[in-house]
Amino acid sequence: MEELIQMIRRGDRAALARAISLVEDGAPGSRELVRAAYRTPRNSRVIGITGAPGVGKSSLVDGIVDQLRSAGRSVAVIAVDPSSPFTGGAILGDRVRMKRRTTDPQVFFRSLASRGHLGGLTRATGDVLTLVGVAGFDDVLVETVGAGQSEVDVMKYASTVLVVLTPGLGDSVQTLKAGILEIGDVFVVNKADLPGADRTGAELEMMLDMRPQGGWRPPVIKTVATSGVGLDELARAIDAHYEYLKSSGNLKTRVRNRFLASIEDYLKREMVDKVLKAASTSGELERCLAALEAGEDDPASVASRLAARYLTAGPCSPLVRSEG
Amino acid sequence: MERKIRVLVGKPGLDGHDRGAMVVARAYRDAGMEVIYSGLHRTPEELARMAVEEDVDVVALSILSGAHMTLVPKVIEHLKKEKGGVLDVLVLVGGVIPREDIPALKAAGVAEVFGPGTSTEEIVEYTRTHVREKRAS
Ligand code: B12
Ligand SMILES: Nc1nc2c(ncn2[C@@H]2O[C@H](COP(=O)(O)OP(=O)(O)OP(=O)(O)O)[C@@H](O)[C@H]2O)c(=O)[nH]1
Ligand SMILES: [Mg+2]
Repeated sequence: MEELIQMIRRGDRAALARAISLVEDGAPGSRELVRAAYRTPRNSRVIGITGAPGVGKSSLVDGIVDQLRSAGRSVAVIAVDPSSPFTGGAILGDRVRMKRRTTDPQVFFRSLASRGHLGGLTRATGDVLTLVGVAGFDDVLVETVGAGQSEVDVMKYASTVLVVLTPGLGDSVQTLKAGILEIGDVFVVNKADLPGADRTGAELEMMLDMRPQGGWRPPVIKTVATSGVGLDELARAIDAHYEYLKSSGNLKTRVRNRFLASIEDYLKREMVDKVLKAASTSGELERCLAALEAGEDDPASVASRLAARYLTAGPCSPLVRSEG
Repeated sequence: MERKIRVLVGKPGLDGHDRGAMVVARAYRDAGMEVIYSGLHRTPEELARMAVEEDVDVVALSILSGAHMTLVPKVIEHLKKEKGGVLDVLVLVGGVIPREDIPALKAAGVAEVFGPGTSTEEIVEYTRTHVREKRAS
């Protein structure tokens, strides 16, 4: 695994691709791989792109990649699309919009399926970003699933979050409801060639002005991703936000939050596994389920009791065994 | 967790017929595979890059333009170049391919060719079995 990390560091595209799959699949050795990756210097700027289905996220990615490359920066793209909840399969179509830098050696593009994870990203996102960081890309663009409402996970991983909207009143009202206004560092009104862009932009500006002032005031930028209009301005806004993060000290906070989010993910998995395993070995889970069926208990009480009982004791501790 | 089968459904060259590619992509998805769709008008070099970056098991090319004899060998050539000389993915071709061209395509490295009217069950079954074989070797 150490060797694979070295290959990734040397810029071996196939090695990076393979490593991402290993981590995604939770294959044997992937833990070791991630462990080594975290101990390797990384310095990428992570830019998240989120918004409802079809607003033009992938088309913008294509344009932003082009802008960043023109500025001499190397770029990796991680694009997430949903898995089918019925079959576990997926059609990943974000690549379709990549038109400009398709064979540039300083660009890497990888599509990921959400594999049942909610929140707009996949469970492996944090680890995948770390691997991409090891490869030394200056920038990593992360495109979320176009769910429109729940993909707030991106703010845990990105230092700059772009929220993409399109002209039309319905859109912006929805956005307000979903609380997406809070996560954006830069707002993009894409498809500005369609009628209503000025109005949507003005509405957004108004809503942003109503937010508590101080710190960073997110700019609203109108773009036409398909023709390139506004992309240079968007690239400047991304740079400006990054500069703000650095000078205000918030960058450190965001990086820390990213680590915290990863710890949280792992912790949840470990604790849930531990409690459920112990409670099922001891037979207590079965008794709780029976009580629930009989209408004599409630899930929240069961969870608190199981947590209190099994989170301190290991699965093979005398306490658990005596229960069995 | 079992390793997911990943498939690149690719449309090389100047060929706007995308129905077959969509049918095949959906069949693979419904069989639980992860499908990366290339979009139209891709060059062999672009497709090879995608195959590497997406770490796919299968490169599934759909060609109805009649240009398969030039495009397919080029895709395979680029795939080998990207992978240090070896062809470690399953290359499948479908669409409008005259029967007499099939031996030459296979000689170039194509595992199988599927013409109009092939059932998607057959395509999925073939793919699944041969990916397993390829992974085992
Ligand atoms: C529908 C159609 C069109 C539609 C396409 C709509 C679309 N978005 O796809 C339209 C009207 C736009 C069109 C246009 C043209 N067409 Co047209 N078209 C057809 C037609 C009648 C059916 C194709 C189709 O969609 N079939 C349904 C799908 C589901 O079947 P399929 O693609 O064959 O896929 C199946 C299998 O082949 C296989 N498969 C396919 N791909 C893959 C990939 C893999 C990896 C695997 C495993 C399997 C697999 O699985 C599928 C399921 O069984 C065919 C004739 C025919 N019978 O094939 C001509 C045909 C393909 N067209 C032809 C031509 C010439 C044209 C035009 C050039 C006509 C013109 N002069 O303008 C244009 C070019 C358009 C372009 N930009 O490329 C010729 C091609 C000749 C050749 N190859 O030598 C054909 C063969 C007609 C003919 N007999 O002359 N066409
Ligand atoms: N008119 C217009 N169309 C655009 C613009 N940007 C993108 N589109 C089109 O909008 C459609 C969706 O674009 P994508 O980039 O795939 O959108 P997306 O947000 O990535 O979509 P999902 O990933 O499926 O959620 C495509 O047909 C694009 O060509 C734009 O600025 N103006
Ligand atoms: Mg997209």
